Amino acid sequence: MEAASLPAALELAAGGGAGLSPEKRAVLGASLLLLQRDYRFERVWFWGCIQGVRGAYYIAEGLGPDRAAPRSRLYSLNCVEWSLLPPATQEMVAQAERLKGRFQGDPSFEYEYTEINAEDAERLFEDGEKPMIKEEARLVATVEQIDREVGIIPRGAFVKTPLGSVCENRNFEGLSLTEAKKLSSYFHFTEPVNLKNKTLLEKADLDPSTDFLDSLEHDIPQGKCS
Amino acid sequence: HGPYQPHEPGYGLYLPGYSPYDDQIPDPKSRMLAIQNAKAYLLKSSTTSGLNLYDHLANMLTKILDEQPANAVDIIENISKDVKWAQFQKKMDTLRDEHEILPTFEAAEKHKALFLKANGEDEELEEEIGETPLPNVMETAFYFEQAGIGLSKDETYHIFLALKKLISVQPIQTCRFWGKILGLEMNYIIAEVQYHEGEEEEETEEEEVIEEGGTGMGEVEDEDEIEKEDKPLKSTYKPPPVIPKEENGTGANKYVYFVCNEPGKPWVKLPPVTPAQIVCARKIKKFFTGRLDAPVVSFPPFPGNEANYLRAQIARISAGTQISPAGFYQFADEEGDEEEEGEGGRDTYEENQDFQPLSVAEMVNSLSTWVHHIQSILKQGRCVWFNPFQKSEEEEEDEDEEEEKAEEPDELQQEIGPPLLTPLSEDEEMQNIPAWTAQASTNLIPQYAVAILQSNRWPGAYAFASGKKFGNIYFGWGHKYAPENHAPSLPPPVQAEYPRGPEVTETRDPTLEEELAFKAAKEEALAAAEEEEDEEDVEDDEEDEDD
Repeated sequence: MEAASLPAALELAAGGGAGLSPEKRAVLGASLLLLQRDYRFERVWFWGCIQGVRGAYYIAEGLGPDRAAPRSRLYSLNCVEWSLLPPATQEMVAQAERLKGRFQGDPSFEYEYTEINAEDAERLFEDGEKPMIKEEARLVATVEQIDREVGIIPRGAFVKTPLGSVCENRNFEGLSLTEAKKLSSYFHFTEPVNLKNKTLLEKADLDPSTDFLDSLEHDIPQGKCS
Repeated sequence: HGPYQPHEPGYGLYLPGYSPYDDQIPDPKSRMLAIQNAKAYLLKSSTTSGLNLYDHLANMLTKILDEQPANAVDIIENISKDVKWAQFQKKMDTLRDEHEILPTFEAAEKHKALFLKANGEDEELEEEIGETPLPNVMETAFYFEQAGIGLSKDETYHIFLALKKLISVQPIQTCRFWGKILGLEMNYIIAEVQYHEGEEEEETEEEEVIEEGGTGMGEVEDEDEIEKEDKPLKSTYKPPPVIPKEENGTGANKYVYFVCNEPGKPWVKLPPVTPAQIVCARKIKKFFTGRLDAPVVSFPPFPGNEANYLRAQIARISAGTQISPAGFYQFADEEGDEEEEGEGGRDTYEENQDFQPLSVAEMVNSLSTWVHHIQSILKQGRCVWFNPFQKSEEEEEDEDEEEEKAEEPDELQQEIGPPLLTPLSEDEEMQNIPAWTAQASTNLIPQYAVAILQSNRWPGAYAFASGKKFGNIYFGWGHKYAPENHAPSLPPPVQAEYPRGPEVTETRDPTLEEELAFKAAKEEALAAAEEEEDEEDVEDDEEDEDD
């Protein structure tokens, strides 16, 4: 959510019972703008918060001129001071997938692997490199995974310019009611995987400036988004 | 197309004044002719769409000049597309426009109905507003909002009015907004209600009648079967005894719950919960769809539909997460009742008039300042343990006559749960995660902070306390926290149908050689027997002859 439209967007998203206290709302309006100034982002989006056992992480994303480029993510424990998160790597994601249980709420907390076979156990006691994973890395990997799975935009909201960069479509006025009910009007905002696999007939119907992402129709399992 | 870039050869020839024919057309009339030719060309209608470029360009420029968008040159193609599209919309249709009945309009109608005062309300009723069962939903929503929990203000207000409607329709003594459970298609808004005493007896009578009719039928059938001789083997399976549900008004059925999908829709009452449903609900994990009559397809098979599953989950969540500050409720002092209550523990409490609220810091720092005020549910599925093998004397005599004495299973141990009003510090942890997380709503203004508790066992359950006020609420999917993904239990191995014996066991048919060998052996035996008979006959004949 944009910093400017945060209160309105929060009202709409409040159906699930999760929201922000007035204190957080007030401070976010100010601190997100300061983030934009300090890091020279073009847009700053408030991503959300992850509840840990002892505290919560508030995540923000900053975007440059190309909206589809890898985004810089920042986290904060109190919405006032933000720290930049390292970009997510495949290794981090693979390690974090093995961890189960809640987040602790402390970014320097180190997780120990509970399920390791005998070979790794030897390594554990020798050099504490791989088997310990910090909560910060787990946070990065989790945010990346969530974005990949459920980062969704409506069709037509973003266009690809001939130069390859993606930007907001200024002519986008929202989806009509019938279009909004169809899963095919929403796209994953990630690198497209299935586009090349479409048949030529389907490709002919696509408009390359707006249909450059995977739609939600062919997600497995079906019914993932409703 | 022609050269557009300065470095390309031929550039500049299209610019005015540089055309190779410029010096050859001194005649202004020819210039005018050229202009007219150009205009005629632009006015030429397209063969496919009937538009012409001249009109289109005029429309586009008009639109741009009217709207004056920024960076028009970058979006000129889109503007062109929009203008062409607008052409099609203005066609005069012979059909009259049928106004769409959008579902949003219907929802708005329902919401509006909430705001209208019902006709039956006179001004007299307003004077009686001393003790109304209606809870102050907006006030609790304010406290929860300090922690960032809650629905949007509009929705909360709608729920407030919907509760008011519910109270005016049903004879309700106390009412509380329990929370919201999310579903795949629709959500549930749940109100926890207690009736005035004596209002609920009609329904229970109906249920008892149905049950007695059922058992009567069962007895008749048994007798018939015993009399018949030829019948398939009787199975030795005895279903475990059905544990009866608790009376309305006690234990797990202490409160009655009403649900609706959206504020404005009519409230539906949920049926009381049975122990079998709670036991089964502990083993399955299904999302709610939002329709109360949806079947719950699961293994072990859930006895009931979604309304029952919802009620069972509500019972479990209430038993696990309804808490209050220690000391707010206390046991009513009654003498001489300890023996009767020995098995179930005390189950009534009343408000403590002398309650002194603790400071927010104390409420947050230690979990022993909070207590559960709802009885926990035992493994059996009830709050008060029921021994199914304690039968009345009459029933025991009947059973001795009819059936053989089957082996009685071992006597069940009495299940005891934690007594009412236990502090939260006794709640067990899961995998080093405490059962509750306590926070103050704000660290910047500690004087007016609110103590907030979030449950880690039932994610979505929250409680707040501020001075003498406290409240509980639930916003979530209705499932317990499980660190591992849910794996449904497998069906048990196939049961043996009947006891195995030689007459039932299959054997292979004898082969041809075996049959021949058997026949030969039989013939030998016959021959040997005939020889013996012959000898005997001969002997008899000899004897006869002798005589």
